Amino acid sequence: MVPFGGWDMPVQYTGVKAEHDAVRRAAGVFDVSHMGEFRVTGPGALAFLQHVTTNDVSKLRPGRAQYNWLPGTQGGLVDDIYIYMVREGEYLMVVNASNVSKDWAHLQAHTAGFDVQLTDESERWALLAVQGPQSETLLQPHTSTDLSSKKKNAYFPATLFGFDVWLARTGYTGEDGFEVFTDASEAETIWDKLLAIGITPAGLGARDTLRLEAGFPLYGHEFSDSIHPLSSTYSWVVKDKTHVGREHISLAPPQKLIGLKLDRVPVREGYPVKVGGEVVGHITSGTSSPTLGHPIAMALVQAAHASTDTFEVEVRGKDHPATRMDLPFYKSS
Amino acid sequence: MTNTPTELKYAASHEWLAADGTVGITDFAQDQLGDVVYVELPEVGRVVEAGETIAVVESVKTASDIYAPASGTIIAVNEDLSGSPELVNSAPYEGGWLFKLDVTGEGDLMDAAAYASANN
Repeated sequence: MVPFGGWDMPVQYTGVKAEHDAVRRAAGVFDVSHMGEFRVTGPGALAFLQHVTTNDVSKLRPGRAQYNWLPGTQGGLVDDIYIYMVREGEYLMVVNASNVSKDWAHLQAHTAGFDVQLTDESERWALLAVQGPQSETLLQPHTSTDLSSKKKNAYFPATLFGFDVWLARTGYTGEDGFEVFTDASEAETIWDKLLAIGITPAGLGARDTLRLEAGFPLYGHEFSDSIHPLSSTYSWVVKDKTHVGREHISLAPPQKLIGLKLDRVPVREGYPVKVGGEVVGHITSGTSSPTLGHPIAMALVQAAHASTDTFEVEVRGKDHPATRMDLPFYKSS
Repeated sequence: MTNTPTELKYAASHEWLAADGTVGITDFAQDQLGDVVYVELPEVGRVVEAGETIAVVESVKTASDIYAPASGTIIAVNEDLSGSPELVNSAPYEGGWLFKLDVTGEGDLMDAAAYASANN
């Protein structure tokens, strides 16, 4: 167990590789109850969300979810988030655990002029992420909802093992799957039932290797209050609209996020990335890819080097060759 | 339940030392580290002091320093680990050994019982 965002979190249950493989081949479940949930309600909820996010929330329909960003007022991101639309004038926002208080303060500071109410429901909800190609098949016998009719980013009330829950066809592993929003008091029972039907418990370690293979940026690594959000390849999250911090996002990013492949030596966050001996950036996340069998990493490099193909990464004082690799490193079939 | 052979000596930093100078990491340490994916070994001929950082074992999640449990000269390293670093997990006291020292002086080492009770 390790401390993470004020929670004690399991890094692994049986082993990172085994858990990672279970999600890629069958199904695993992550306890992501540490994520924060804010309910946004009122006649001005949509206008407020349009003001504080970069994506176009007006495109959402009841029962649908959308990946989105909370831009800061000084450039950078306050957080990257998911917004789930319940009905007209009611949304659920899921935020990163380490950012709950910061996001809450930021959102509160921008409510002026909007007829909107924010409720912090982080204590109420537990969140279990069932991920992997077998997720639908394994869950289907235990819910009355036809899961095959629910496409990616669907969000709907359902019963699961007889409990009233909300399900979302979302996740952050690069695989199909469902996130189960459950009352915190029922989470342990549901967790046990998920394991009993053959879903593998998976910890933070596998969650990180999976999202990294899928090329998903993680807040605190590829995103922060000071990293230009367009450094990543996620410019589609910024739509043509007026919002907080718009002026910063319009500027060209000084750095670009790239993927790197190494032959053998794993590289970690903070290691210098060089071209011809000169430091041009640093590693933001790195691991040995369980699926690909070699080390992979994401790095922020000077924008001028975004198309450079070969780099060196300094590991304990020694430079190791690295090759640029397009993101995502791995795409599920 | 991890294995702690009685014929070895142990450092608090989880290295074991055999009577012939062979060094590895303990079953407890490999279990804590998880899947080992890379091992960086010292150069043969290097002279080291007990307690000095001498190798690095990398698991999927993290890089961990390995310390010399004794002073001496490196006389051999386990070349098999470059192709099969997972030996550190599967055979920490046998095929997963790290390097061999010509020992000139031991560090502060424990017997198996003391090490096992310290890591219970």
